[in-house]
Amino acid sequence: MSAFIEHLRVLRATLLRLLLTPNATLLNVLIIGIALSLPVGGYVILKSVQSLTGQLTSTPQISVFIKVGTGAGEVTRIGDKLKQNAKIDHIEFAPRDVAFKKLQQSTELAEVMGDLSQNPLPDAYIVYPKTTDATTMESLRDELKKWPQFDHVQLDSAWVHRLEAVLGFGRLAVAILAGLLSFALIAITFNTIRLQILTRRDEIEVAKLIGATDAFIRRPFLYFGLIQGLLGGIAAWLIVSGSVLLLNHHLGDLVSVYASEFSLLYLSIADSVTLLGFSAYLGWLGAWFSVSQHLWQIEPR
Amino acid sequence: MIQFNQVYKRYPGGHEALRDLSFEITEGEMVYLTGHSGAGKSTLLKLIAAIERPTSGSVLVKGQNIRSIKREAIPALRRNIGLIFQDHKLLFDRSAFDNVMLPLQIGGFDHRESAKRARAALDKVGLLSREKANPISLSGGEQQRLCIARAIVNRPAILLADEPTGNLDSDYANEIMHIFKSFHQVGVTLVIATHAENILTQFPARELHLKQGALL
Repeated sequence: MSAFIEHLRVLRATLLRLLLTPNATLLNVLIIGIALSLPVGGYVILKSVQSLTGQLTSTPQISVFIKVGTGAGEVTRIGDKLKQNAKIDHIEFAPRDVAFKKLQQSTELAEVMGDLSQNPLPDAYIVYPKTTDATTMESLRDELKKWPQFDHVQLDSAWVHRLEAVLGFGRLAVAILAGLLSFALIAITFNTIRLQILTRRDEIEVAKLIGATDAFIRRPFLYFGLIQGLLGGIAAWLIVSGSVLLLNHHLGDLVSVYASEFSLLYLSIADSVTLLGFSAYLGWLGAWFSVSQHLWQIEPR
Repeated sequence: MIQFNQVYKRYPGGHEALRDLSFEITEGEMVYLTGHSGAGKSTLLKLIAAIERPTSGSVLVKGQNIRSIKREAIPALRRNIGLIFQDHKLLFDRSAFDNVMLPLQIGGFDHRESAKRARAALDKVGLLSREKANPISLSGGEQQRLCIARAIVNRPAILLADEPTGNLDSDYANEIMHIFKSFHQVGVTLVIATHAENILTQFPARELHLKQGALL
């Protein structure tokens, strides 16, 4: 209980210390916030794009379009032949009439389709392979391409793979940015705490003479780093959320032209908690490095 | 309580501050440490408080050897020792009351109990009415008394005072010596470094006289 009260006392003293120098505090918190908002913003963009691909295609598939004018019996035979292929798990038949209706109902092409007097679409099968890695998919596509009954064979997942690769690159870039800026956060805290230790030299010396343990002396500095990091995290959260709000507002006008529904995602609760926890931890870590680097130099003489 | 055996202290650079010191101070004893400035009085006090370590020989304080004491064990040792400095070492960023509270916060005492004790200590040195004052606004004698209040607030078994009456006129000096006397009466072990002759005659006690780092 007394340990808990001691922590509360240090927490209160630390908050007072932060308020005592509002300009310096605000500046530090802003610097940390801006530094953190860059990788967090990158993360938000990546996540938004990723959710877009998730909406469009979940499992990789191959669409085969049968030549227009092929009779119904022949189409069924082709279906049976596909089912016998060892590489194929199952198939789905997409009759031309159904596809036509669907297309007529769909958003942006509705007007164009309405003008058509006859159905220009072929019958199609959607093929779901047993294994879905890129090489198997491609070899199956090449195999199906050789069938004379098919007009066109399309590997629907190809662009998803390409996008995945781009996203992977983006993720790496964000990770590098996050790593570098985390280091910056640690360095900022390190320096702030170093200056504090220097200005509170007398206090540290007296406390040591009176019998303060290292933990007791370290505690207020660690709290300071922790709280400064946390405030920086909150600043980053506000910067990112504010930017998303602003961008989505304008993005709405832009994407409505393309009849698409893309918008940037807000940080989820889990993401927010992670951001705040991580920034607080980095602040604590910077303070810890600084304290262990500088405190032992102050010994009473 | 405090035991020196063939203690030498040599500072880096070769200056020999203490030479072949052997003596014992028993529990509850009051001892003066006398000698010219530079005779090694401060160094001797620093050895007892583990601020310095002896170069050779052993310094035993409450059974612990200062020469080999672990860094982690020093805080516990110092909580048993009240230190009174010639330059007071008060903190000017807080009130007199908060200065006296510091040892109790370090000791992890309950806040209400600490406040009670801090006021009792301030009362003891006659500064209760100045508890809210910043130490910088106190006179030299008051600062010294505040330093004493801080040293005694957690009731240490040993009090070490380095020239406690150094720059004070005789009225103040007497006042402070009376305070020390009252601690001696309740069984606190006192080691007082001084070169004020009038104090030695007015408040007689055993003297350890140092000359160039050696006992005479």
